[in-house]
Amino acid sequence: MIPLSNYLVLGAILFSIGVMGIFLNRKNVITILMAIELILLAVNINFIAFSQHLGNLAGQVFVFFILTVAAAEAAVGLAILVLFFRNKRSIDVDDINSLNG
Amino acid sequence: MEAVYLLIPLASLAGAILAGLTALNDREVAHRWAIPGVAVSFALSLYVLMDVLQGNTFNGAVYTWLVSGDLQLEVGLLVDQLTALMMTVVTFVSLLVHIYTIGYMHGDPGYNRFFSYISLFTFFMLMLVMGNNFLLLFFGWEGVGLVSYLLIGFWYRRQSAISANLKAFLVNRVGDFGFVLGIAAIYTWFGTLQYDEVFAQVGELGATTFSLIPGWEWSVLSFIAIALFIGAMGKSAQVPLHVWLPDSMEGPTPISALIHAATMVTAGVFMLARVSPIFEQSETALAVVIIVGALTALFMALIGLVQNDIKRVIAYSTLSQLGYMVVAMGVSAYAAGIFHLMTHAFFKALLFLGAGSAIHAMLDEQDMRKMGGLRKYMPVTHWTFLIGALALSGIPPFAGYYSKDAIIEAAALSHIPGAGFAYLAVLSGALITALYTFRMYFLTFHGEERMDEHTRHHLHESPKVVTVPLILLAIPSVFAGYIWLEPLVFGGYFGESITVAHDHDVLHELAHHHPGWAKYIPLGLALLGIATAYYLYMVRRDLPAKIAAASGPIHGILVKKYGFDELFDRVFAEGGRNLGRVLWKVGDLAVIDERGVNGTARRVGWLSTRLRALQSGYVYHYAFSMLIGVFVLVSWYLIT
Repeated sequence: MIPLSNYLVLGAILFSIGVMGIFLNRKNVITILMAIELILLAVNINFIAFSQHLGNLAGQVFVFFILTVAAAEAAVGLAILVLFFRNKRSIDVDDINSLNG
Repeated sequence: MEAVYLLIPLASLAGAILAGLTALNDREVAHRWAIPGVAVSFALSLYVLMDVLQGNTFNGAVYTWLVSGDLQLEVGLLVDQLTALMMTVVTFVSLLVHIYTIGYMHGDPGYNRFFSYISLFTFFMLMLVMGNNFLLLFFGWEGVGLVSYLLIGFWYRRQSAISANLKAFLVNRVGDFGFVLGIAAIYTWFGTLQYDEVFAQVGELGATTFSLIPGWEWSVLSFIAIALFIGAMGKSAQVPLHVWLPDSMEGPTPISALIHAATMVTAGVFMLARVSPIFEQSETALAVVIIVGALTALFMALIGLVQNDIKRVIAYSTLSQLGYMVVAMGVSAYAAGIFHLMTHAFFKALLFLGAGSAIHAMLDEQDMRKMGGLRKYMPVTHWTFLIGALALSGIPPFAGYYSKDAIIEAAALSHIPGAGFAYLAVLSGALITALYTFRMYFLTFHGEERMDEHTRHHLHESPKVVTVPLILLAIPSVFAGYIWLEPLVFGGYFGESITVAHDHDVLHELAHHHPGWAKYIPLGLALLGIATAYYLYMVRRDLPAKIAAASGPIHGILVKKYGFDELFDRVFAEGGRNLGRVLWKVGDLAVIDERGVNGTARRVGWLSTRLRALQSGYVYHYAFSMLIGVFVLVSWYLIT
């Protein structure tokens, strides 16, 4: 029986990797999208671990919702990215600073 | 009777409104409205005077103006002996000036405006004298000041007239400041503005003091009296607030006669007589009144000696005579002062109107050096002017002799501090008055004809509307003194309307006092003055210039009018402008504009340049700040 803490540590590591992916990444917007997916998966692991641990199925139901939303989000994000590339001819993160004051 | 009292001022007001409004198309009919209005006022004033002589006085409210808490402001009338006399004098002179104006202002583009103003003036002056409380007094006071302002600047295209009316207005504001303070002090300590209620309480406040500056106690009554006197100094043009009156001669001559000689400038004297119960309680205030009056009487007469503008000579003479009246108020000879006010109104209006008649004939030339010999061209003007000059100089049996003599003798008998100085001042004033009056008379009507040929060709006697008022004014100038001296000054005509403390009552003393030969000193001085004037300006005409040259700086000082104008110009006008410049440069430009408005904008701009650096536009910066925020919030939640 794998103890609960292992799952939580795995989730925390995944979450941290995702966050770091957002911050440290200076190159590609797609990487940011992937890092966001990673954060969502970390959340999913937490949900499942607690669901198993507490014997409550609601957590696993939530995971399905999150997966759906994540898929939708990835679709929308990629669509934006495609349009952005068409306009700017670049998906370099450093070029995406139109809001610079 | 109440309706009659009300009708007196309202008739003049109606005349003013109708003359102003209905005569817009045809100016020349303005007098048909204004003169009947004032004539009604005059006739009713005479009727009221007769009624008052029967002993019927009136004191009551006719209209409640405003009620606020305990403060009840009423339009109330007080008709007693003093009021009735003033009303009659005012409306009489006003009526004659109205008639005179028909001739004098004929063809002037402002003909109807002029009539409207002088009728309005009569209304305000009547309100001033008829009011039974200080508020109504103030209403009339400001009203006549306003009309005076409008009329000095009547010929508003002249720069000098505009400056003169502004000056009159501003100097009067200084006096009014004191007056308002006095009225406010009266309300503070008496709790009412009604004359009768205030005077009834005067005795109780005799010893009350207050301290404006800690450690310096002032008697309340002295403070009130002096504050009111400052108001009188402005309106009655006493030193040092006299500077506006000579300049007011920029107005048309009828105005100089009516407002700046006969009636409005005597409002201050009237007010002093009206509030005599307050002044009688304060010897300090009386001493101030005496000193100021004596200074004005003597030093303004001296300036009259060196003026060449005929109207200005009379103006300085008016200042000097107002000084006499104020001295009379100071030595508690109120009846003598009011008596002089009355005779002065007649003969000074006569002199002004006579001078106006001469000026008109001279094609608006006012410089006496360019006149001379007018006697044979204008016999009526000449004779009436001579009567006025004799009355002003104090030659019996003309009116001025009796009234001026009463003042001089009252000053001699008074024991109030300053009376000795005042006696010397008014006595030497008698000599100087005769001298400048006859200098003016000889220069204008006698001697060689110094005008140019064109003007001489035009010289002729003025029309009847001008000469008839002159004759009508000459009559009281001759007889008023002789007839009314006994009843007015010694006969107790004023009764309850004037209060004199027992130990101040110089007129009572005078009635039983026979000064012997001292009585003839003023007359002797006046005759000496006339003789000197004759010698200097008829016999040895080269002498005045030599005297002026020999007197060194004195002549220069007199010509400069003691430098009051320059002083005020330097201190107040220049000082005010400098203060304004400082406030503009420092207050406006530096503080408000630079620091305030522009400074705020600059500071916001500077702050924005700092703040916009936060907006990098990089997504990961925003995400990072969100994370930090979440981290801080969660930690805060966990810790607390």
